[in-house]
Amino acid sequence: MTNGWIDIKNTDMMLIMGGNPAENHPCGFKWAIEAKLHRNAKTIVVDPRLTRTAATADMYVQIRAGSDIAFLGGMINYAILNNRIAHDYLVNYTNAAFIIKDGFKLPEDGLYSGFDAEKKTYDKSTWNYEEGGDLTGKPVVPTPVSHPAGAAKPMAPAATPPPPALPPNTAFDLSLQHPRCVFQLMKKQYERYTPEMVERITGIPQNQFLKAADLFTSVRKDGDMKKVATIIYAVGWTQHSFGTQIIRTAAMLQLLMGNVGRAGGGVNALRGHSNIQGATDMAGIFDILPGYLKMPNPNDVDLATYLKRTTPTLSKPDPWDSFNYWSNTPKFAVSFLKAMYGPAATKDNDWAFHYLPKIDRNYSWVNIWNDMYEGKIKGLFAFGMNGVMIGPDSNKNIDALKKADWLVVCEIYPDETSEFWRAPGITADDQKKINTTVYRLPGAGFAEKDGTFVNSARWLQWKNVAVPPPGEARLDQEILATIFLKVRELYQKEGGKFPDPVLNAAFPYTNPYNPSLAEVAKEVNGKALADLTDPKTNVTIKAGQQLPGFAWLKDDGTTLSGNWLYCGSWTEAGALTQRRGTDDPSGLGIYQNWAWSWPMNRRVLYNRASCDGSGKPWDPQRRQVWWDEAKQSWVGNDVPDFKADSAPKDHMGPFIMNPEGVGRLFVPLGAMADGPFPEYYEPIESPIANPLHPRQSNNPVVKRYNTDLDKYGTVEQGFNVICTTYRLTEHYHYWTKNNPMNVQLVPEPFVEVPAELADRMGIRGGEKVKVTSARSHYIAKAMVTRRIRPMKIDGKETFQIGIPIHWGFRGIAEDEGKTAKTLANQLTPTVIDPNAYTPEFKGFLVKIEKA
Amino acid sequence: MELSRRTFLKGTLAGGAGISLLGFDLTPVYAQTQSLKISRATETRSTCPYCAVSCGVIIYTLGDKAKNAIPQVVHVEGDPDHPINRGTLCPKGSSLEQDILNDRRLLKPQVRRPGTTEWEDISWDQAYAEIARKVKQTRDDTFLETDAQGKTVNRCEGIAWTGGCTDTNEFNYLAVKSMRSLGVCYLENQARV
Amino acid sequence: MSDRKTLQTEKISGHSGASPGFGMQRDFEVCKLVDTTTCIGCKACEVACVEWNDMPFGATTFDNTYQTMPETRWNFWNLIKFNEHQREDGTIQWLMRKDQCMHCADPGCLAACPADGAIVKYTNGIVDFNQENCIGCEFCVSGCPFNIPRFNPGTKKVYKCTLCSDRVGQGLEPACIKACPTGCLKFGSKDDMKFIANERARQLKENFGMEKAGVYDPQSIGGTHVIYVLHDATDPERYGGLPKNPTIPWSYTVWKWLFKPVLGTFALFGAVGVLLHYVAVGPRRPQPEPPEKEAANGNGD
Repeated sequence: MTNGWIDIKNTDMMLIMGGNPAENHPCGFKWAIEAKLHRNAKTIVVDPRLTRTAATADMYVQIRAGSDIAFLGGMINYAILNNRIAHDYLVNYTNAAFIIKDGFKLPEDGLYSGFDAEKKTYDKSTWNYEEGGDLTGKPVVPTPVSHPAGAAKPMAPAATPPPPALPPNTAFDLSLQHPRCVFQLMKKQYERYTPEMVERITGIPQNQFLKAADLFTSVRKDGDMKKVATIIYAVGWTQHSFGTQIIRTAAMLQLLMGNVGRAGGGVNALRGHSNIQGATDMAGIFDILPGYLKMPNPNDVDLATYLKRTTPTLSKPDPWDSFNYWSNTPKFAVSFLKAMYGPAATKDNDWAFHYLPKIDRNYSWVNIWNDMYEGKIKGLFAFGMNGVMIGPDSNKNIDALKKADWLVVCEIYPDETSEFWRAPGITADDQKKINTTVYRLPGAGFAEKDGTFVNSARWLQWKNVAVPPPGEARLDQEILATIFLKVRELYQKEGGKFPDPVLNAAFPYTNPYNPSLAEVAKEVNGKALADLTDPKTNVTIKAGQQLPGFAWLKDDGTTLSGNWLYCGSWTEAGALTQRRGTDDPSGLGIYQNWAWSWPMNRRVLYNRASCDGSGKPWDPQRRQVWWDEAKQSWVGNDVPDFKADSAPKDHMGPFIMNPEGVGRLFVPLGAMADGPFPEYYEPIESPIANPLHPRQSNNPVVKRYNTDLDKYGTVEQGFNVICTTYRLTEHYHYWTKNNPMNVQLVPEPFVEVPAELADRMGIRGGEKVKVTSARSHYIAKAMVTRRIRPMKIDGKETFQIGIPIHWGFRGIAEDEGKTAKTLANQLTPTVIDPNAYTPEFKGFLVKIEKA
Repeated sequence: MELSRRTFLKGTLAGGAGISLLGFDLTPVYAQTQSLKISRATETRSTCPYCAVSCGVIIYTLGDKAKNAIPQVVHVEGDPDHPINRGTLCPKGSSLEQDILNDRRLLKPQVRRPGTTEWEDISWDQAYAEIARKVKQTRDDTFLETDAQGKTVNRCEGIAWTGGCTDTNEFNYLAVKSMRSLGVCYLENQARV
Repeated sequence: MSDRKTLQTEKISGHSGASPGFGMQRDFEVCKLVDTTTCIGCKACEVACVEWNDMPFGATTFDNTYQTMPETRWNFWNLIKFNEHQREDGTIQWLMRKDQCMHCADPGCLAACPADGAIVKYTNGIVDFNQENCIGCEFCVSGCPFNIPRFNPGTKKVYKCTLCSDRVGQGLEPACIKACPTGCLKFGSKDDMKFIANERARQLKENFGMEKAGVYDPQSIGGTHVIYVLHDATDPERYGGLPKNPTIPWSYTVWKWLFKPVLGTFALFGAVGVLLHYVAVGPRRPQPEPPEKEAANGNGD
């Protein structure tokens, strides 16, 4: 979330799409209700099903699963055509005025310039800003087309050319008239997303779409900047083969309307689990290091090369200023290495840079199971992660585990992953052929552990231990640390391959075999390793003291910090994550003294953008931060997410993490794999060819997997119903199926089926149906409902069905024989978003019949 | 049933003086006091482990933390001071007591040996020793110091780590520290999916 | 937490008129407000109720609905009723309404109950069952215009929502109220709840185009201590059978004003009620049988 849960109460307009907060985040959804009660805020819910969120909405729009970019692109088109845009914000706080290189081509045919059809990747050198100065009002000099539109620019075969870089001095046109300025390109890109096109793709009738577009953009009627709209989403957007681009489209719409950085605005991802925000911050995913530092690759021959590659340099219009906060990358990286390897990280060994593995390919979730299936992975740790249930294509994951040598599961309940070897359909004879050794270790539940979770609003909150773990169960951190230190003992005794990082990983905890999480949290925050003095203020921090914030981090080995983003969370003042202050003087729901949020306790990101160019809040009723001329400083109710002493006249951009300093409507160069603007592509399994460009129906850079188990269905094969998966408010993933209270609320799996489809099939509610995809099948009772209606997709009548994901083959209902023991994710395809590598769990094809 | 009216009144109703209407003794009728099941339980503040709203919860346990009292959960309720949930909880948060006290919990380390059809119990020490041996063996077998071009990669592609959604930040940090030090590249979490 | 706060009794079953001591202390009427326009049917109230009251879990079966079970049970006192209502334009409105004891100002259950002190109405408006005194005759079941009290064949007693009288008696809000994520449940004085409900209905009319929005606080039974805000107050029946004009069966009320001045014998009250009800309505339902023997015991002294 750019904003926060409570901040939703400050909004005037909500677009809830790709998420179902009333069911999946009920207590957060109260703040949406508060906005309705106290601001008369309106809610538009766009979803394939009339959900419990939609039940409270002012307008519900049924959409085909996966067609969100078409809807949002149509909104952008509507906002531009009807001048429902924030002009000053757009010119000054986004890259709308930046001029893009000649040779860049929009995807009228489904492809941007630079596509390499063989490798299915883009040469992105034209996806860049043009170098130069102020072209405002200057006539456009036509330049010859440098290479044919759409054709791939062949890569130089031998010597690797220097990677294209952002120009330090970008060309710009503040009148937004230059045909190659970002605004004009964006306008041209989404002109094609007419209401007619939106209807063909999404199935939303034009008049309904126009009503929704009019309502949402009404906050910018007549150029008024006071009102604010928010966009709220969840994995209904992420879980597509173009998921990141859906979110990008939403972000563009919000930038266009000037809604980012403002109370009641923003682009708000509702994360679905208690600490996956923290897991991401802490780099529990393959491609980053803590604090979103990039993983090194083999070309990073030393730390300096790595830092040069990963530290962005300024790229902006000359008269403007940009903070470019990532220019501090070297300080964050060296402090991280010092936390990882302690005294073993020295200047002489490049701060132990080569202790870290170097990656040059995709090691993400679906690849784990694919590569295990192909025999590359021998051993798997699953700590609180039920990979068999999660899928996609659960059967493939089961078959992959059969090929592993060992599996270590740490869980609190018996789960499907630890019992993959006796999944339904595997006989006792089959089991004898499965040679995987499985260790199942009883871990501790949430009430038995302390430590911090990070919520969706980036708040770090410490929780306390209430009870000891039951039986012989142990704390997860004890289990992990003991395993690692036992491995270290073996390397100490026996030696082995490159033992240095194993021997030198710092475990400076009082009891390294069972680390105190408080000690770990202090290390994550970071401390001084030598006396440090701030030359500006003369404040000194003694060696050994906790650091008050990441501005103190150094790249010379005199500081240590496990994650720079969390620096400031546990200072000499103690654990700020344990604070319980309930004062909120502004009434905006900021709660500065409750717990601590990254970065540096800022509650709304990019909050400089809540003010106009002169530093005054767009809406004097919702004052977050402002420029104090007397103090020559940014001050406010929130911590300014900005360089505190940068005066408005300096024109520093509010988006301080971008080298441009402004919000990116156009994403230059390598940040996105599939295009600098989002383009609508069909899901991998789709009932129609893409009406925008039938010959390039899918996302061109998406690759399919190639094992014998990776199958993809088509309408021609009879898979003509669109299926989507989701959670219910009564259950939590694969966890509450062990909880008798929640099982009582929803006792059995079911499939939501539109009444019209049920009539056609001759089934009634409660009768069993079998849903089949190209991968496998799923059996459960039908819930026949009028809350999902048939749709006309590109003129064809199309049905959608929905399957809650909660049931497997171990659980109360399962063990009592009340279910068919099929898994929703047996149906889902192995295909991933090229940017975030998230699987396409939503919007795949099935057929449905009586079981 | 041998219940007299007088005994049941005594059992449920208590209070001040009343008047006799019909010759019966109705003294104790006019007010009632009921006790609260959590009035003396220990309160521990925690965070709900389900979604990322992060509702504050109060876990009520039996006993006052005296040495001889083994805490047992008797109730879980929302924390009214928490600015986000303000005491509210969803149907999952409201049933957290059943998550903490659940007879399906795993209580012992177990192992399933190759080619067998049942779980066996195993001691923690034995499990640690066997796991450590397998990790080292796999790492030594699959570790790659340089790639085909001779560039340093220092990676172990034979081991994968999948972390859960309820792992704390501190645990995730320890996972990164230990797994990356082993050279693990396949490092993923619920955050991805 | 102090034990001093007590629940004062206004009337108890088996006695006519107000309880002795009624009116000797000040008290205000409490009320639960259920705003169906902000209810998300999440069932947090259902769980909070079961958890607070430590009720045993029961089996449920999928029945083509999100609704947990068809009706409340002796061990499940509040239930969200889900209804798919088709609007005139063909679109679907998904209605959710929390169903539970309404804590009537003029409780039909109490009027019907022959057992001494089995049903109590406190001065704050809460209507509570004391199972120790319940004789299991189930007249309360037929006396209730909302079909709420539930008989447990195991204990042969009747149960229903207490409005968490134990919590309220100690100065706390009821468990369902505290849990409700969206705040569609509110709790406070009846005056405050009426004010908030009417304001909300006005807001729905003026700002959200719901011309028929209104408050449900049926005066046919003197009002209730659970009131609803409805999108369409002209048709409460569509919310899972909320009666438009709930009434107590006349057989349970008529004897009161007929005999009250002269008749003082509890046993007779019950007997007359039974007789009148039998004459008026007939035996209510075949199963489970009203345990007559215990009824007789309960009435004797």
